Amino acid sequence: MFDISPAEWTAILLSLRVAVIATLVATPFGIALAWLLARCDFWGKSVLDALVHLPLVLPPVVTGYLLLLSFGRKGLIGSFLADHLGIVFAFRWTGAALACGVMAFPLLVRPMRLSIEAIDRRLEQAAETLGAAPWKVFFTVTLPLALPGVLAGMVLGFAKAIGEFGATITFVSNIPGETQTISSAIYSLIQTPDGDAAAGRLVIVSIVLAIGALIAAEWFARRATQRLHGN
Amino acid sequence: MLRVDVEKQLGEFSLSASFSSEGRVIGLFGASGAGKSSLVNMIAGLLRPDRGTIAIDGETVDDTAAGIHVPTYRRRIGYVFQDARLFPHLSVAQNLDYGRRMNGLAPDPAQHKRIIDLLDIGALRDRRPGKLSGGERQRVALGRALLSKPRLLLLDEPLGALDEGRKLEILPYLVRLRDEANVPMVYVSHDVAELRQLATQIVMLKQGRVTSFGGVKVLT
Repeated sequence: MFDISPAEWTAILLSLRVAVIATLVATPFGIALAWLLARCDFWGKSVLDALVHLPLVLPPVVTGYLLLLSFGRKGLIGSFLADHLGIVFAFRWTGAALACGVMAFPLLVRPMRLSIEAIDRRLEQAAETLGAAPWKVFFTVTLPLALPGVLAGMVLGFAKAIGEFGATITFVSNIPGETQTISSAIYSLIQTPDGDAAAGRLVIVSIVLAIGALIAAEWFARRATQRLHGN
Repeated sequence: MLRVDVEKQLGEFSLSASFSSEGRVIGLFGASGAGKSSLVNMIAGLLRPDRGTIAIDGETVDDTAAGIHVPTYRRRIGYVFQDARLFPHLSVAQNLDYGRRMNGLAPDPAQHKRIIDLLDIGALRDRRPGKLSGGERQRVALGRALLSKPRLLLLDEPLGALDEGRKLEILPYLVRLRDEANVPMVYVSHDVAELRQLATQIVMLKQGRVTSFGGVKVLT
């Protein structure tokens, strides 16, 4: 029963690659945005906050379609990137990574923001009195103290990215070996006769990955509390 | 050494203080709410005066008329807070070394050893701040501030969070610091006994105004 076929392996490995790249690329943006939302007051902050959360509430097919319009070959951003930097998203695994990154972004940002908000700002003041310029304060005090939250956000983002379906299939379709992730492979398999066993295997793989991610995120959250108390 | 002439409006409270001192330990005395902490935060650069000037060691660090405001991290001050504020993610040794690293100073083993011995914190080096007692934490905070080689040390009620026994445990270290460390200090307290022991000059604050200034005898 648990002989994973080469085709299934392809989908699993592609999913992992897509989710890892999506998470790694989204993380710096996520940290910057989490810091901005936690620490700064500016005009349009609630709009930005809503925008970040949009992929969470929008139908994924809408997000995927919007990505197709903007990052597709004929899209404004897509054509610019293709012509000037040679980066193509449409019907490529990179497009799947983009879709997954966008969909995972709200989940990735939230724990990061909460952990930055939980930091005692008086510690940052203390760092400044010891001669640390603001950017040094960020890298030596703020970020290390927020690290467990940052990792929890990355794990949750990864879990979301690896299971993303709607936006991905809308944006980059379902091409085996290129854009067919675990989710879209399961979708194809349950529509083919005799696909049940293969689908079942991939379902188990998804469940294991998701539960593993949740446990990891929980562990990082506990570490965060310990870290803030200096034990 | 320290010249202060500032005004600051904080909600309903207005602070207006002017003094100049060459003293080794300036005692800033007053009841809670007299504006002591706000004044010290202005000297540290954490709070910006509405109007006025502050000069440390001859360098103007605040001059509202000339638009000068040197940020905290370039003032070369040390600040010991009531609540120590050690970095919880770093060991005691790393906390102690933080100011030196941030200021890009070369290691100075002789000074390092002198301060560690003076404060008796050598045995705590590998511990985490969460595992220290209140008194130990405050001694490490003192060491951390001194090791950044400040030209002025600000102490805001450094014994305020400790019980009587602990206070008596730390006071001798502060006296030694005054006599041996060679760093001028501003010592904030509402405790007459503490200031009698430590201060060489007193600035008395009442409701945001300086009411007396002079030797420790003004603490009657």
